[in-house]
Amino acid sequence: MRTRASGRTVGGLRSLSLQAPAVTLLLIWMAVPLGMTVWFSLQRYNLMMPGMEQFAGLENYHYLLTDPALWRAMANTLILVASVLAISVVGGTLLAVLYQQEFFGRGIARVLAISPFFIMPTVSALIWQNMMMHPVNGVLAWLLGLFGLPAIDWFSSYPLLSIIIIVAWQWLPFALLILLTAIQSLDDDQVEAARMDGAGPLAIFWHITLPHLKRAIGVVVMIQMIFLLTVFAEIFVTTSGGPGLATTNLAYLIYLRALLEFDVGGASAGGVIAIVLANIVAIFLVRMVAKNLAS
Amino acid sequence: MQSALIKRLGLTLLAWTLTLVICFPIVWMVLTGFKTETQAIASPTLFFTPTLESYAAVQGRADYVKFALNSVYISLGATFLALAIAIPSAYAMAFLPTKRTKGTLLWMLSTKMLPPVGVLVPIYLIFRDLGLLDTRTGLIVIYTLMNLPIIIWMLYTFFKDVPKDILEAGRMDGASTLHEVCYLLIPLTLPGIASTGLLSVILSWNEAFWSLNLTSSQAAPLTAYIASFSSPEGLFWAKLSAASTMAVAPILIFGWLTQKQMVRGLTFGAVK
Repeated sequence: MRTRASGRTVGGLRSLSLQAPAVTLLLIWMAVPLGMTVWFSLQRYNLMMPGMEQFAGLENYHYLLTDPALWRAMANTLILVASVLAISVVGGTLLAVLYQQEFFGRGIARVLAISPFFIMPTVSALIWQNMMMHPVNGVLAWLLGLFGLPAIDWFSSYPLLSIIIIVAWQWLPFALLILLTAIQSLDDDQVEAARMDGAGPLAIFWHITLPHLKRAIGVVVMIQMIFLLTVFAEIFVTTSGGPGLATTNLAYLIYLRALLEFDVGGASAGGVIAIVLANIVAIFLVRMVAKNLAS
Repeated sequence: MQSALIKRLGLTLLAWTLTLVICFPIVWMVLTGFKTETQAIASPTLFFTPTLESYAAVQGRADYVKFALNSVYISLGATFLALAIAIPSAYAMAFLPTKRTKGTLLWMLSTKMLPPVGVLVPIYLIFRDLGLLDTRTGLIVIYTLMNLPIIIWMLYTFFKDVPKDILEAGRMDGASTLHEVCYLLIPLTLPGIASTGLLSVILSWNEAFWSLNLTSSQAAPLTAYIASFSSPEGLFWAKLSAASTMAVAPILIFGWLTQKQMVRGLTFGAVK
């Protein structure tokens, strides 16, 4: 009993000292810029007007929160995250089941299907914008032409959908990679037994495969959510947030304020709002992940 | 027998069709890189005489090797540094958990949700004052911090699956924490550590926001190289494709070669 109790204290101390470097660094990484951001957000601070800095209180927040652009950007952020997550989880699961079957050249097909995940966001945005979705010379326009259909000017007719397609193209392979690895550990005997009992492929998928993938799907949602909340390069390269505000997400709105209008105060207030939003999402995630950690 | 073969052929057809659809943009990019500018915007065709003229033109504009080396240094440097910091931390979380462990882990992940642009101004000012602007060290520091939460989290899940008895046995034999980690834990979870590292290399290689804003010439990696071709005057498809192909080729080949390893690491937790 005694050793156990003392062991626990030593464990606590040891645990603390081993975690110290990571925790300290992340604390600094978070606290210093965050502190500065909060500070700037309370200032009237525009780089175009040097010497005019003064304390502004909550003015920047008031300006931002009453600006319709903010709500539009928040809505866009959530639509983007939700759509890409839906596409990549559903598509990734179906593809994982398909690539798990035996077929010719399976190994090579798997590697190729995962490839888009390795491509830089800047490059994939440029390829899609110029060579796939270009209304005149793009491959999609040519394909539609084959069927006698008029070409679509993707980025002006369906700007947000275009961004969703590009981002989903990059992240679907990631979901596939994780889900494919998870599906490989599915117990063949269990599937065989179910089949013996007369379960159809759909029933097997629904009652055996899907529950088996639950944890992996949690991982996919978690990691992707983190990256999707801060999508930037794809928008920067293709639409610059437009037309109008159609493709401006929160990250891009802050960028517009900070680097184009030189409004450090306003941009910082936007940053604080983005952080608050991220934390609201994080609370939902916490529940989910906590379940995962417990299992 | 017959029907099994037919099923297999059907699956092959379906799976390969989807595969080609998914990786078509990449194939098309590589092909376009070998075309002339006129061919590049002409009606799509698979048959043409390949030429290297776009590659020559691209190389004439910017020295690819310098950018590529920067990318290699920065992504490897950030990955090794992050692993060195993350391993002790994940070890403590997995084997010496306290009441606060879960909270700490989730807090770390939440730092990842901070949009980089929200803290760009302060980071820029700090980097300017420390002389870290446009240095490889600067980007290594940023990428280490950027990837640290995910690395710790992944390592934690791998470490958690190591049977406690094995480490317990080591401790009984008088192994110190350092020995335990170096001679038991790391060898046992090497596939997991490797796949974590590979993911970190890929994420660092492809990161565009910080590299575009914090570097100009000396430390500029391949993301900056590509950005220089996306300006209106450089917007010619064949040259753009050639430059893009060169920028993604190393990481694509790296990804292909290590994909097995990555998968092995990711399955580790699930295979008992």
